[in-house]
Amino acid sequence: MKGCYIHSAVSISAQDSFDAKSFDFKILENTVEKATAIHPNYRDFIPPAASRRMATGVKMGVTAAKRALQLANLEQPDAIITGSGMGCIEDTEKFLNSIIANNEEFLTPTPFIQSTHNTVGAQIALGLKCKAYNNTFVHGSLSFESALIDAKQLFQENEAQNILVGGVEELGKEFVDYVLMMETSSNQGIKVPFGEGASFFVLSSEPKLGAVNIHDIETISLASENDIIERMKVFLSNNNLTSEKVDAIIFGNNGDSFDSYYNNLASTLFEENTQLQYKNISGEFYTVSAFGLFMATKILEEQKIPSAMLIKNSFKKPLKNILLYNQFKGRNHSFMLISK
Amino acid sequence: MQNTEQNNSTSCRVAITGMGIISAIGNSVEENLASLLKAETGIGSISQIETIHSENIKVGEVKLLNVELQSHLNLPKDNNFTRTSLLGLYAAKEAVKNAEIEDIKSHKTGLISATTIGGMDKTEQHLKQFETDAAVQKYINSHHAGDSTQKIADALGITDFVTTISTACSSATNAIMLGTRLIKAGQLERVIVGGTDSLSKFTINGFKTLMLQSEELCKPFDANRNGLNLGEAAAYLVLEAEPIAKKENKSILGYVSGYGNANDAFHQTASSDDGEGAYLAMQKALKISNLETSKIDYINAHGTATPNNDLSESVAIKRVFDNNIPDFSSTKAFTGHTLAAAGAVEAVFSVLALQEQKVFPNLNFKTEISETGLIPTTKLKPKNINHVLSNSFGFGGNCSTIILSKE
Repeated sequence: MKGCYIHSAVSISAQDSFDAKSFDFKILENTVEKATAIHPNYRDFIPPAASRRMATGVKMGVTAAKRALQLANLEQPDAIITGSGMGCIEDTEKFLNSIIANNEEFLTPTPFIQSTHNTVGAQIALGLKCKAYNNTFVHGSLSFESALIDAKQLFQENEAQNILVGGVEELGKEFVDYVLMMETSSNQGIKVPFGEGASFFVLSSEPKLGAVNIHDIETISLASENDIIERMKVFLSNNNLTSEKVDAIIFGNNGDSFDSYYNNLASTLFEENTQLQYKNISGEFYTVSAFGLFMATKILEEQKIPSAMLIKNSFKKPLKNILLYNQFKGRNHSFMLISK
Repeated sequence: MQNTEQNNSTSCRVAITGMGIISAIGNSVEENLASLLKAETGIGSISQIETIHSENIKVGEVKLLNVELQSHLNLPKDNNFTRTSLLGLYAAKEAVKNAEIEDIKSHKTGLISATTIGGMDKTEQHLKQFETDAAVQKYINSHHAGDSTQKIADALGITDFVTTISTACSSATNAIMLGTRLIKAGQLERVIVGGTDSLSKFTINGFKTLMLQSEELCKPFDANRNGLNLGEAAAYLVLEAEPIAKKENKSILGYVSGYGNANDAFHQTASSDDGEGAYLAMQKALKISNLETSKIDYINAHGTATPNNDLSESVAIKRVFDNNIPDFSSTKAFTGHTLAAAGAVEAVFSVLALQEQKVFPNLNFKTEISETGLIPTTKLKPKNINHVLSNSFGFGGNCSTIILSKE
């Protein structure tokens, strides 16, 4: 099995994660329904004329991608793979609303052109003049994980040595309010704010001093709480691990009734482990697991755990293996194992 | 993901063991084939969507209404299937049946589906009712692109690896490509791959603003082509590791022998003059298949009938095949351009070409493009066909090619 080493990790999120020197982020106030991203100065990365046409998600994606390439000292990746659950919802809403408002007349093409889900991947390729493999996954909360699986597969096939992989989501202006409305009216809906962001990584089949390795990743479309325990046991044993060897497990808790999936694992397989969460600092969105991976990478690199992320601490150094488990509404489960 | 086989140093071939399709030219593989053989187009006036452009466009509509699809699929009354999901499940079920799969869990099975429009057909009808009308709020969660894939997976009982690809009009080709790669690597033993897209006001108006739609029946590769006809469709293939298919005595319809993905990196919506992305995708597919260009017997071209695509694709084909251009045709004049489904629709047609040993005609062609002089096959043509190359290109420069082989 080839390695999948993280040569750079960049995140734009509701925290100051793009420029931050310290990752000791604060918990988002849960009185806020929507947590917008803290935007970097896009002028440093995108020419103003191009930037004006770009929606929030495209700007975030292109910028995070550029920075990830800079940090990895890479000019051209051998593949560009992105994930986005809702895609370019801002331009989708814009085009849809002008259709409705003007009864299909006086429309301009730009929002339609930029509404397609592959816009971020395409704009990155266009900016770099990169003719390599290019793919976009749009499978809800597994969009980013699917992109990672595709990337790991390309390494296995010797089709690529360096791959740019990212997850991006923008809040948009209208659709998110309908989703929020449904959540609020449901019995035990999502309690953390809805968020947005872009996290991009340069992955390489080649090791680098101190680089975090994405050992394994598995996605499961549908499973019961008990299935997940069994599947997790198999996942660990496939990687020659037992739960004691997991130095921290990061859960995707968001406060809704499906947190029972996490609690079930927390009280059985991982009772003795350090348990962490991240959606209380990022908010919830379809590709938020990319932010989870970003934070996990930083924890391994710096050997420090932000206090806001702690659910339960049995912290002992050195931190070597971190396991991430995420699901959304009781489906689309993902396990990610990374180590340093 | 763990390999299902411990020793996977030699990768297996990927067999096609089933197909399903619903398009403007029929509600089954059989009906689609009959229309292809009779050279009967499915494109006509729009009837199922209310649009001010109805007099000025022609489209490839699936003839079945949503209520008919729902009853075929035995869905409960309160379901929240969008048209994209209905078409997708309808075609995927035919593919699974055609592959004679009795227990989907008997092998490690995945689903990779493609869509560009997702649940937009319902969103565009109900956006302004979502806030107040409880009856339509069920469609809020069916908007995102992964929804149709999840519904298909659940209905078929596929619970593990399930994902959705959206690279505009090359989406389904990328789904076929990823599925093939995962089987070759031993990550999956069986995978259902394809795509689904319904017509929507959103896409009709989008292509209208780009002035890419013809008012007449589209004329792929013709000098006087003046745009595409949009269509709706869903199509799926069942791919299986060859040793499993053989062990179970499955009838093998063909093999996926090559695939390539490249980006044109030229413009968000237009293809480059030299067709670089298309050229690279075809070259990569040929390299994977280990086939010389002379072995390709038929090209099912992307051929949307827009001035830009057909010229750019012609240039790319000439760059790859030099002066030995195989028989080629675009089948878009039968089905319309079915966007994310197109790559799967045309993969089904390519397998039918292998089975029938016939090149399907490129309808409505009269005059060659002066810059390239390429003449597509315009009449149904019997010939020995062992390898078919199929192209799909999309917005964002996404270009993909697959090669399907008989043996």
